[in-house]
Amino acid sequence: MLWRIARHLLAIVGLVLVGGLISATLIRLAPGFDTDERQLNPNLNAESVRVLHDARNSEHNVVKFYISYLRGALHGDLGISHALEQPIQSLLRDRWRVTARVAGFGLLLGWLLAVSLAFSVSLARSSGCELVGTAISGAFLCIPAAVLALLSVILNSPGYLAISLIVFPKVYRYSRNLLAKAYAMPHITAARARGLGELRILLWHALPVVAPQLLTLAGITVSIAVGASIPVESLCGLPGIGQLAWQAALARDLPLLVNVTILVTLVTLLANSGADVIVHMTRSRQA
Amino acid sequence: MRSARTLACVILLVVCVLSLAANWIAPAGYAKQFREAPGAPPSTQHWLGTDELGRDRFARVLYGTRISLLLAPAAALVSTLLAAALGGLAGYVGGIWLRLATGFTDLFLSLPWLFLLITVRALLPLNASPFVSVLITFLILGLLGWAASARVLATGAHTLRSSDFVLQARASGVRGFRLFAVHVLPNLKPILYAQFWISIPVFILSEANLGILGLGVAEPLPSWGGLLRELEGMISFRDEPWRLVPLILLIVVMTSFQTLLSNETEEVAA
Amino acid sequence: MSRRMFSRLLLCLSLLTGITAAQDGTVLRFCLRAEPKTFDPLKVDDDSSLTIRYLTGGVLVRANRQTQALEPELAESWKISKDARQITFKLRHGVRFSDGSPFSAEDVAYTVTRLMDPELHSSTGDAFRSGNGTVTTKILAPDQIAVAFSAPVVGLDRLFDQVAILSAHSAKKEATVLGPFMVAEYKPGANILLKRNPNYWKRDAQGRPLPYLDSIRLDIQPNRDVEVLRFRRGELDLINSIDTEYYDRLAASQPAVVHDAGASLDSEFLWFNQVANAPIPAYKRSWFRSASFRRAVSGAINRDDLSRVVFNGHAQPAFGPVSPANKFWFNSRLHSELYKPEAALQRLQGDGFRLQDGTLRDKDGNAVEFSIVTNAGNKYRERMAVLIQEDLSKIGIKMNVVTLDFPSLIERIAQKFNYEAAILGFQNVDLDPNGQMNIWLSSAENHAWNPQQQTPATAWEGEIDRLMREQASATDAKKRKAAFDRVQEIVVEQAPFIYLINKDALSAISPSVAGASPVILHPQTYWNAERLTIHSTTQASR
Repeated sequence: MLWRIARHLLAIVGLVLVGGLISATLIRLAPGFDTDERQLNPNLNAESVRVLHDARNSEHNVVKFYISYLRGALHGDLGISHALEQPIQSLLRDRWRVTARVAGFGLLLGWLLAVSLAFSVSLARSSGCELVGTAISGAFLCIPAAVLALLSVILNSPGYLAISLIVFPKVYRYSRNLLAKAYAMPHITAARARGLGELRILLWHALPVVAPQLLTLAGITVSIAVGASIPVESLCGLPGIGQLAWQAALARDLPLLVNVTILVTLVTLLANSGADVIVHMTRSRQA
Repeated sequence: MRSARTLACVILLVVCVLSLAANWIAPAGYAKQFREAPGAPPSTQHWLGTDELGRDRFARVLYGTRISLLLAPAAALVSTLLAAALGGLAGYVGGIWLRLATGFTDLFLSLPWLFLLITVRALLPLNASPFVSVLITFLILGLLGWAASARVLATGAHTLRSSDFVLQARASGVRGFRLFAVHVLPNLKPILYAQFWISIPVFILSEANLGILGLGVAEPLPSWGGLLRELEGMISFRDEPWRLVPLILLIVVMTSFQTLLSNETEEVAA
Repeated sequence: MSRRMFSRLLLCLSLLTGITAAQDGTVLRFCLRAEPKTFDPLKVDDDSSLTIRYLTGGVLVRANRQTQALEPELAESWKISKDARQITFKLRHGVRFSDGSPFSAEDVAYTVTRLMDPELHSSTGDAFRSGNGTVTTKILAPDQIAVAFSAPVVGLDRLFDQVAILSAHSAKKEATVLGPFMVAEYKPGANILLKRNPNYWKRDAQGRPLPYLDSIRLDIQPNRDVEVLRFRRGELDLINSIDTEYYDRLAASQPAVVHDAGASLDSEFLWFNQVANAPIPAYKRSWFRSASFRRAVSGAINRDDLSRVVFNGHAQPAFGPVSPANKFWFNSRLHSELYKPEAALQRLQGDGFRLQDGTLRDKDGNAVEFSIVTNAGNKYRERMAVLIQEDLSKIGIKMNVVTLDFPSLIERIAQKFNYEAAILGFQNVDLDPNGQMNIWLSSAENHAWNPQQQTPATAWEGEIDRLMREQASATDAKKRKAAFDRVQEIVVEQAPFIYLINKDALSAISPSVAGASPVILHPQTYWNAERLTIHSTTQASR
């Protein structure tokens, strides 16, 4: 068990390092890397514009940049952001709580909504309810994230509401499909024939069948929530890492982007690996 | 359920026919700018009013349907097949292949693909035909959208490996890919169908967002994503409720899709 | 105390607090579109930092945004030498920094020396640097200082409107200010709180100390939909620069809050790539390098429709580089170009182009098709591009609109030159054209259609070079105007930039704000921030 966790952690560290390098390469190779919008300012003379260009010289060689970044990171120095001209460590430290709160609550609420709806529809066993569930989840799936974020501002509700409405339809569809499939299994018919109540059937006989996939889905939704926090934070004016990531992308701020990507990769890997470990634990307990 | 399925079929058919018949139903076309009436409310001439440049919204919905409702499901199919191939197979095979696949998938989920898309735009000629540009956009969306469900499929396939019917099939001599394709994959349908269904509106909306990078549908071609983005400017929905029509239409179409997809034989109350 | 007396006392008290509240002011709230990049006034380049500098910085002279005349601020008077190389300031007495320390010529000397540091590289410093060489400051008396430049600097006094004086002695350089407000709190990503400077030197006509406001809260909000929403809900007191759509919506429900100050100096324009070795087909390059082609395209664009459809009338058609709102520098002798697609087509046909089956073809049979790039996110620019696409299709030209993210756009137009045409705009334009030297000089970086030429590629660009240098070295305003008038004429003849519209300066101000009178120069609404007040009785709930 412990060996499994240790192996997962080693794999995570390795993947994070590789992910950081690939991201840095993608960013470096994308057009617009060497530019700064200040160079369009006619008040700057030629010398100043040249200095702007030269500021990025140390980042031209991606591998060199990445190695020096890692060396600095080991000492706690995560570099300086071009876009905001501040040390990245303090930027992340000030903002991670906001994103954790927004994405975390958004996830919880989204799952709550999805699971409640999926359970209700499963228990009701009517095609009308099925249609309503599909329509509601379909509606939120079709509304752009920007509009959901604006809605949450209009309704004075916190940013995590928008994230929950982005996560909820996806979780609903997966869980409803899985539950419907589980209900088609022979042991459910047998349970019903024995006169067991619908709630008992759902919780004790249908849910355990789909639990592994739902757990894996839970891990995936973490990365969906983190991804959704970029437009939501920007629109709701929440000073989190998502807003930072968007500013960094617009400015091609390599040091900041590499840090944010590594953070996102770490969170994704931890969430998915965590889900894997739990799935394995439940499987071995069943076996 | 049967009547619901019939209704869904009819709705989808009607939408298809209307979009194909756009040339006759909305002869003004999607590009003509009625500059004397920008942002006009619905009238006999413009059933859904005009957009901010005076183009007939109803015509744009019809023509946009052709592009979005053809290409988005195609891209969704691509991503679903990729997910099935990578996630499903890896989960079925298990062992080191499963670990490699899950690691690769997790990495894929975390990378900033925005920059790859920007690079793709740079590689395309600026005067690329709108058809090519749209095709490439949806192809890329399909190629990038498989990772989330691949993970869930891997878990599902891995669980199914040790299920009774698979063991039975193996004992009967069914091996390898045939075992996967015939016995395991069909039981992964809930996840595959969910992935397919979710991907369609996600890709339609993503196509609109890709306009920021220069990909996506080029002006003056309409797309559902672009029409849905009109909602962003509405700070009070009471103002122009007809702008909600494309959204309602998409919800109706998606609900119809789902009704057709859900062919799981669940016992339902009559 | 009887009930009647008590209620009378209450009434008196509330009236008193009402009056004093109007004088004390409370907090003015509005939004910044982006995070400020710096609080160092000498390094300011972006809008948000500019706002903070304007509100916290004390300057020697202030260009009154309403009258456009120069007014004494920290300098009571000043004198420019005949050769425009030296300026002598006589400073105001009794002025203190926000930390109480006295202001003197030493602080001015310190600021100017830091500004002229060649390592600084800011637009404020570069504006003074018309030639190489050092700047010397000579403190003639505690209240008199002479600043001498090695080369003449045009509009020398006006440039000091941008120079916020720093304290030479204080340890906290950026926090010690001479302006009406000072930075009290900064929550990154969220907001900045400015509090009134208790040591601000200015007083109103009755001798009351300024500013009237207690504080200003600047929220960081990039999204304009949310900004308008919050304004409507009473969470913001003003929107400094509001989009046309929201202006009209607000005008419909609350006509008193919206203000259209008329055509601003901002312009939108389109240009063709004329770079000699640009990676575009040679036949396209020959079209773009033909002034006749460019004039024809310009004539085929319906600017009235651009103004009416995209900006709902809140923009004026533009034909030349200077907005008519710039009363002194605008060349009023220029004729505005009317929308004449038939004349445009004739001009093209005169150059060998032929209209066949609705497609215009050049003399070699190539169909006239080109792409135009612009930055994504500016929906008015995108809409103008689509209207122009339709206009040009009427004369058989196919124009493809490509919106790109800003860094990719900059790379194409300023570094790789792999583009054919582009639409952009100028904002926060200076009144004085000398600020645009880097656009008009053919050797400069911002000479958008063909930057950094070794020698002028065309005779007319050489002529513009000569005229710009002439106006930069002339000291007589009339001579400068004559030279720049001729530049404007050449630009209209040759159309390297095809000007489209000049936007109106639109703003929204809550009725609870008193003393505001929006103008077209930046900052439009809070240029007199020290005299603004809030009527707290009418201010909506927060």
